[in-house]
Amino acid sequence: MSHRLSGNEAVAYALKQINPDVMGAFPITPSTEIPEQFANYVANGEVNTEYVTVESEHSSMSVCIAAQAAGARSVSATSSCGLALMYELLYVAASCRLPITLACVNRALSGPININHDYSDSMGARDSGWIQIYAENNQEAYDNFIMAMPIGEHLSVRLPVMSCMDGFITSHAVENIELLETDAVRSFIGEYKPENYLLKKENPLAVGPYDISPYYMEHKVQEAEAMKAAKARILEVAAEFAKISGRSYGLFEEYRMEDAEFALVLMGSSAGTAKAAVDKLREDGVKAGLVKIRVFRPFPGEELVRALAGTRAVAVMDKSEGFSGSGGPLFAETRSALYDLKERPHMINIVFGLGGRDLKVEDVEKVFGRLANIAVTGEIGPLYTHMGQRSKEEIV
Amino acid sequence: MIHAKDINEHTPWQDMTPGGEIYEAGTARAFNTGTWRTNTPVFHAEACKHCMLCVPFCPDSAIPVKDGKRLDFDYMHCKGCGVCAEVCPFPAITMVSGGVPR
Repeated sequence: MSHRLSGNEAVAYALKQINPDVMGAFPITPSTEIPEQFANYVANGEVNTEYVTVESEHSSMSVCIAAQAAGARSVSATSSCGLALMYELLYVAASCRLPITLACVNRALSGPININHDYSDSMGARDSGWIQIYAENNQEAYDNFIMAMPIGEHLSVRLPVMSCMDGFITSHAVENIELLETDAVRSFIGEYKPENYLLKKENPLAVGPYDISPYYMEHKVQEAEAMKAAKARILEVAAEFAKISGRSYGLFEEYRMEDAEFALVLMGSSAGTAKAAVDKLREDGVKAGLVKIRVFRPFPGEELVRALAGTRAVAVMDKSEGFSGSGGPLFAETRSALYDLKERPHMINIVFGLGGRDLKVEDVEKVFGRLANIAVTGEIGPLYTHMGQRSKEEIV
Repeated sequence: MIHAKDINEHTPWQDMTPGGEIYEAGTARAFNTGTWRTNTPVFHAEACKHCMLCVPFCPDSAIPVKDGKRLDFDYMHCKGCGVCAEVCPFPAITMVSGGVPR
């Protein structure tokens, strides 16, 4: 079915098709239109979801944890500070191995107070044990959300999944979108059948017990192994999804990378802008390419090594400040992954777009210009810079 | 199904339950948490009138009752908080320093 929907509407529609058992919903700002749209479906009797309105995101995630432990397929949606307020519970959900699905609309964290797009919210949650999948556009936001449950609920994984899209740029912009038939979605997702759950009366269960030092580390190793195993499951689910949708997904998308000498690594909607720049440069004979990270957790390090091995210079573009003093989070992981390459490309980090600062095609072309210069001179110049801010100094 | 009694401090991570889930009830019986105690209550049976005030105050259900009479402390679960000694109207419970029952 062809439709025109905003990213929020697309995910709310996916939720309607999925018909989850429970939604923990904090339905006002900083949350998104997703619970608002979904509340309509609940009110109209179009789904039989238990829609639990709560007083905070801390509580909406608590609802999801309790419900999922009880054996119910649970979902939530949030954004920005709402996600920050969930942080404590995100770790609980992951460590209890409860495959909750969360729609995260990426927006800047305060302060200064700002409601626009960057990844500071979900990057802050990157070590919480959640699988994180990022969408470039509305179609991907819809598709990723439908793939989330078969990934997270699989026995080899059992981890919660955060399905992310860019605030406003994707969440509010209306685009053409291909929707699946509801029957197809339901049979793709299947029933949630956990082996053990609180409401299984034949078999009492305790969830989330106190884990003293002689046990905690073993459980963390289990969690880490599950995250590693998730990579294969994500690809398996993507292959299944391609059969019903005709749309293929990997851990990341390689755009004109086959013979690329200069490459960008970035995520989300900025990829659309970057693709336009790549196309333009290709017309001028510049061997430009792009790697758009789709799955950030688990991080596709080994696969990235293969994708970037043939390049001469790479710019990793972070749309969040990690305040590490030495680059953004995407840079740290990408650079670390490439350490094992014998012949490494030069690599720089550019932090851009914070709090909704625009990225233009010309900006991306400038980054490629810098990469070309680095390839010629062999000098990378400053390793980690910001782009798009007003400055008294000329920006490299 | 992995039983709690089969998991101990030598169990490799591969044999533990996901997220530490426990698939049965009442497993606190199998774990000696009395070792956390730094003070220990002493029960003086001769001074006890079995008024039972101490029993509901005990946060760890560490005062067993049988046939209407309280028994000596369950030192496997008593944390030595001393609430029982505070509420006891008689000189039937005293606290001593250290975790070892006397």
